[in-house]
Amino acid sequence: MNDSGARAAVPFRTSLMSRVMLGVLALLTAGGMIVALAALAYGKQAARQSYDRLLVGAAQDIAESTKIVNGAPVVDLPVSAFSLLSLALDDRISYAVREADGTLLTGYDTAPITRDGGDLTLFDDKLHEEAARFATVARRFAERDYSGTVYFTVGHTLRARNVMAIELTKTALMGVGVAGLILMISAFFVIRSTMRPLQHMASDLLKRDPYDLTPMPTQGPAEVTVAIAAMNQFMRRLDRQVSAMRNLISDAAHQLRTPVAAIRAHAELVAEQGVSGEQQQGLERLLKRTRSLGSLLDQMLSRAMVIHRTDNAPPEPVDLRDIALHVIELEDHMVLSPEAVVELVIDGDEVMVFADEISLREAVKNMLTNALKHGSSPIRVGVTRKGTLAEIWVADAGVGPAPEVLAQVGSRFERFAASKGASAGLGLSIVNAVAEAFQGSMHIGQVEGGFRVTMTFPAMGGDNAQ
Amino acid sequence: MRNSWLWVALKFALLVPATVSAQEKMAQFSAPEAQAEVTLVLRSTTDIDVLQPIIEAFVVQNPEIAVTYEQWGSNALFENSLAACAGDAGSASAVFSSGVHQMIDLVNRACASAYRSEQTTALPAARRWRDELWGITKEPAVIIYNTDLVPAEDAPKTRFALLDLMRRPTSIYRGKIATYNIEASGLGYLFAFMDSLEASTFGALLEGFSRTDAVATCCSSEIIKGVSKGDYLIAYNVLGSYVDSATFDNIGVIHPQDYTLFLSRAYMIPKDGPEKQAAALLLDFMLSPRGQSLLKARNLFYAENSDASPLPKSAERGIAIEPTLLVAGDKHRREQFVNLWRSAFAQHDTAR
Repeated sequence: MNDSGARAAVPFRTSLMSRVMLGVLALLTAGGMIVALAALAYGKQAARQSYDRLLVGAAQDIAESTKIVNGAPVVDLPVSAFSLLSLALDDRISYAVREADGTLLTGYDTAPITRDGGDLTLFDDKLHEEAARFATVARRFAERDYSGTVYFTVGHTLRARNVMAIELTKTALMGVGVAGLILMISAFFVIRSTMRPLQHMASDLLKRDPYDLTPMPTQGPAEVTVAIAAMNQFMRRLDRQVSAMRNLISDAAHQLRTPVAAIRAHAELVAEQGVSGEQQQGLERLLKRTRSLGSLLDQMLSRAMVIHRTDNAPPEPVDLRDIALHVIELEDHMVLSPEAVVELVIDGDEVMVFADEISLREAVKNMLTNALKHGSSPIRVGVTRKGTLAEIWVADAGVGPAPEVLAQVGSRFERFAASKGASAGLGLSIVNAVAEAFQGSMHIGQVEGGFRVTMTFPAMGGDNAQ
Repeated sequence: MRNSWLWVALKFALLVPATVSAQEKMAQFSAPEAQAEVTLVLRSTTDIDVLQPIIEAFVVQNPEIAVTYEQWGSNALFENSLAACAGDAGSASAVFSSGVHQMIDLVNRACASAYRSEQTTALPAARRWRDELWGITKEPAVIIYNTDLVPAEDAPKTRFALLDLMRRPTSIYRGKIATYNIEASGLGYLFAFMDSLEASTFGALLEGFSRTDAVATCCSSEIIKGVSKGDYLIAYNVLGSYVDSATFDNIGVIHPQDYTLFLSRAYMIPKDGPEKQAAALLLDFMLSPRGQSLLKARNLFYAENSDASPLPKSAERGIAIEPTLLVAGDKHRREQFVNLWRSAFAQHDTAR
């Protein structure tokens, strides 16, 4: 539970993409809010203007239809004025026609009176406790029997205005919303394409062989190049460290070989001269240990060399038969176990692979040495081609190591080698390293009539080779 | 159902108005064998016996509500509602008036309370305003004539025909044409006012009324009875719904083909009224399919195909419930209009 939570949290926390998207979203939200406020203000303004015009129109309409009859203003209230006002569908209407002294001629006496006396006044007031907007138009009469100003006040409540303001705001916001969505989507794609070099770098690093400390190609945008350059520098330092370590190991092995050989020679000399029973036994043990120490050093050297070769020597076409032949011709087995029979199993067709000859020789040498030491005669060294695969193998007539040992051999070569004091593990580890270095694999297992260690590589193919 | 109606009929009682002189009649309705918890006071300009079946069905469906039905004249009801709005008189639970322009004025003066329901929002825009006023009925303003006394070829199908009739040099219709007295009847005023807006025929009509010594009198039922008895031959702008509910077989009904005004009686729930919920229930009931079919049965909702000579849709002029009707209530406008009217009807009193 905890594990999965942590796993889920990590990519979110570390994903640059989600961070940037979150930022963009926050930016858009803030922008959207500002636009919403602006839209609302704009909507209110627009609604106010258009409905104020209605009010003024209605007031002027009423003013127009007023005449002086028998010395008094008479309003022939026009329906058109109220049709105008009815455009604000659900709003209450108030109107009043007043003389200059405030006398109500017609209309509602609840309609407010303007404070200032311009020709056209627009003002906010209350209508039956509800906020309302009023317009007052003044009309001056100068007739024989009537002279004075008459004020025409028209007002209505704000329902229609508010509805219009909200409608306008909604429409504006809809547009902003769509634009925001489009921005979000395009931001996503832009950011993703910007992030791509980083992803490339990451995947390149992931795909890299763990031993590959060569510099990465510095391509892409400046920011990424900086990171790659830094990484390359780091890898250079790491590489230096690693090669120093390797050199130390091979130097140490090399330096130790001579003293160990001297110790062995001395021990053999003493043993030959003859000593008492108990001493003889101890001497035998010393001899045995010294020999295996010598061969261990040999193998360490050969491993160091193999690693050096696979890292540095470019692979080239190699005929596996040459390798098998070369290993047998060295006649190392004569030294190790002179009585063993070693056969070469090859045929006329060449079996080409793309690898390093010296590394392969070293590996096959190790395979043969293992067979000689631990297996039983006769021992066969062979090369076979199976379709697209090329195999080079060493088989003996023995039963091979016990299954549990075999399992260990399959997984931890070095540890096995170190703990046993015998060098078989290290030998196989070299074989494994070589096989993997050239896109191949190592197989260990029982076959008919014995035990076989095989290196399999992708064959270069008859059509390719020729 | 029939049984329960019997009960209601037993409970139905006409009460002599004692305290409020302006109110014409009063009746109590309650469901049989039920103890009503609330009493809804409905003030209406509609004759009690016209609305009776609807109110009865309502109390049967809602036995917890009793209805006190007060019948008022439209002008008196307007005055009363204004007073109630100002807090000077007891408010009704609901006001249901044919003086639609007066109801608009009341709503405009913030005397109504808002209510929304599925039924009210389903009403067309011309039949509601601010969710405070609703047009319940659809009743035509018709011309009626006495079929025994008016020759069939004389029956005026349009206002122009009526004008021609009135312009005849020697007319049997002299003093025999009746219409509403617009000063006494809010509805009569509204019809006349709408006529004056609708067409230029109105001036000619007034002139014709003047020429034939037309009678301006009060109240639908009186006019209808007069036509039936032969006191009048023709009556103009009579509520079609009353004619049918009166069921006089010697009365012919004409929906004028040039245009026919349609009235929607307006229903309002006063802002300070008692039992607003019951009033809203009654509103929803009247707008419900059952209420509407009851209204149709009482001829309060004009059914398109009921007429022998169907009225073209383009000739229908519904009086929309909208604030333009405020113009009708304007003091100056009304004074001028009434003066014009008086000059037409008073001429013969003084000159002849």
